[in-house]
Amino acid sequence: MRLPTEPLSDLSQDLPKEAVIDMAKRIDVGGLTAYYGSHKAIEDISMTVEPRSVTAFIGPSGCGKSTFLRTLNRMHEVTPGGRVEGKVMLDGEDLYASAVDPVNVRRTIGMVFQRPNPFPTMSIFDNVAAGLRLNGNYKKAELADVVEKSLRGANLWNEVKDRLNKPGSGLSGGQQQRLCIARAIAVEPQVLLMDEPCSALDPISTLAIEDLIGELKERFTIVIVTHNMQQAARVSDRTAFFNLSAVGQPGRLIEIDDTERIFSNPSVQATEDYISGRFG
Amino acid sequence: MDISPTTAPPPPQDTRPAPLPTKAAARGATRPGDRIFLGLSRGSGILLLLIMAAIAAFLTYRASIVLSENEGNFLTTFEWNANAVPPVFGIAVLAFGTVVSSIIAMIIAVPIAVGIALFITHYAPRKLSGPIAYVIDLLAAVPSIVYGLWGALFLVPHLTGVYSWLNDYFGWTGILEWQGGAPRSLLTVGILLAIMILPIITNVSREVFKQAPQMHQEAALALGATRWEVIRMSVLPFGRSGIISASMLGLGRALGETMAVATVLSPSFLINASVLDPGGGTFAQNIASKFAEASEQGRDALIASGLVLFVITLLVNGAARAIIARRKEYSGANA
Repeated sequence: MRLPTEPLSDLSQDLPKEAVIDMAKRIDVGGLTAYYGSHKAIEDISMTVEPRSVTAFIGPSGCGKSTFLRTLNRMHEVTPGGRVEGKVMLDGEDLYASAVDPVNVRRTIGMVFQRPNPFPTMSIFDNVAAGLRLNGNYKKAELADVVEKSLRGANLWNEVKDRLNKPGSGLSGGQQQRLCIARAIAVEPQVLLMDEPCSALDPISTLAIEDLIGELKERFTIVIVTHNMQQAARVSDRTAFFNLSAVGQPGRLIEIDDTERIFSNPSVQATEDYISGRFG
Repeated sequence: MDISPTTAPPPPQDTRPAPLPTKAAARGATRPGDRIFLGLSRGSGILLLLIMAAIAAFLTYRASIVLSENEGNFLTTFEWNANAVPPVFGIAVLAFGTVVSSIIAMIIAVPIAVGIALFITHYAPRKLSGPIAYVIDLLAAVPSIVYGLWGALFLVPHLTGVYSWLNDYFGWTGILEWQGGAPRSLLTVGILLAIMILPIITNVSREVFKQAPQMHQEAALALGATRWEVIRMSVLPFGRSGIISASMLGLGRALGETMAVATVLSPSFLINASVLDPGGGTFAQNIASKFAEASEQGRDALIASGLVLFVITLLVNGAARAIIARRKEYSGANA
């Protein structure tokens, strides 16, 4: 598998570890529309996601925020019938340009899912190492270091260091989700997408993940979809509010602004209604 | 099987978990529907055990009569003179032929079947996967004697080229050496059996691959896995025990296949190191070809050989279960 464009290549492998701190990248989305077959799920979304920050997507169910998140690493097109129009630029590089291999996009932009999904047939160690082994671009001796670093980065190391060879499915839900985060950050992505990462977790595990997000944003650009508005207020720097005019209509971006402003003095009435619980 | 409240036994003392509503209901009030269903299902279970016990008892009884009179060693004799008085017979050649032809069939069929199943579930466009699955089902519907006729009339004459090629390039191994006889050997039987067990392995594998959880495939995709890597990381590990079960079902059919083998194989009571030269027979083929002309004593000897096949099949199933259980905590079912 050859890498078609330079900026998307796994530069992180060649650079010294200290340089990784500069890997976070800006995302510019322009006029993005996504379909499931003939159904238009989201329409004409444009926004900028700043590097080394946390951007939260909020909005009622079905407003397309998860769909939009999945267009950012080309996971949307994995769904049968899924297709996208418009542009997603990662530091000036169009992810949907014809020469770009979606596999490379996903190696650059990591993802954490709603339900913790560690590979059940793999040990904890192998789960974290899975992405590196895919790239094939690692030294055996370094593997253990990267796994430890990633597990520490996900605040999981102390809980699992004695049982790295046990299956990941034996961990609690919160631990599994942090294992998935460790797996995602092990390949040093430039952006980390999180699709409601805490919705299947109890409050204590949720707190652990939120603390982790605060630490991770120093190294990565983070985008998080959440149904929990307190969570958005706690963890994010910027918040985007999505809404749809009626069921069956495509979701739209209503506004994106600094989180503080969205939650205190939003410029659109619908945002204030949603946040204050008047609908949705 | 009356389990009405008045005659119900006291709560069971055993510590086994009893999550089934039927068990819970047995302690308190029960409804007629539950009682009838419990009776039916319990009866079916008991009936199955009875049938198995009856078969085993019948085979063992008939076999023991003739085995006590056998002049040869039942396990090592290369001869089958079961009608003679006293009888001389042994299953060495049959066991060899049965196991070797089935192994050949598995080596050929399992990779192809898994490949077809993966193609249907993960590669083929939806328009193509339906017809392919249908053709595979058709393959399963062909009666085994038809396979036998096709094997004898088409496969055998057309395999001479393959045989001489194998002999030229791999003859030095000894296993694939060919003296030039008609290709009615264990290899031909193995190829034929492979075609016959392909559908069952494909279909079971396909069902398992279809169940591979979307969330693990997406996890692999999000890490930057290619389609093949997704299959390797999430689909194959999940389907592992299913592939083993499917293979065992196929192996069971290969071990017991009768008519197709009897039609194609030219049996002989000797063991040949090369699977291309004549030699060997199989349990089922031997029973089919000798049963008609056998005396009562000869039939008992054939039954004794059938008992050995029964035991081999049991061992194969046990081995498969052990393989599946060994890595249970890593099972895809833990997701």
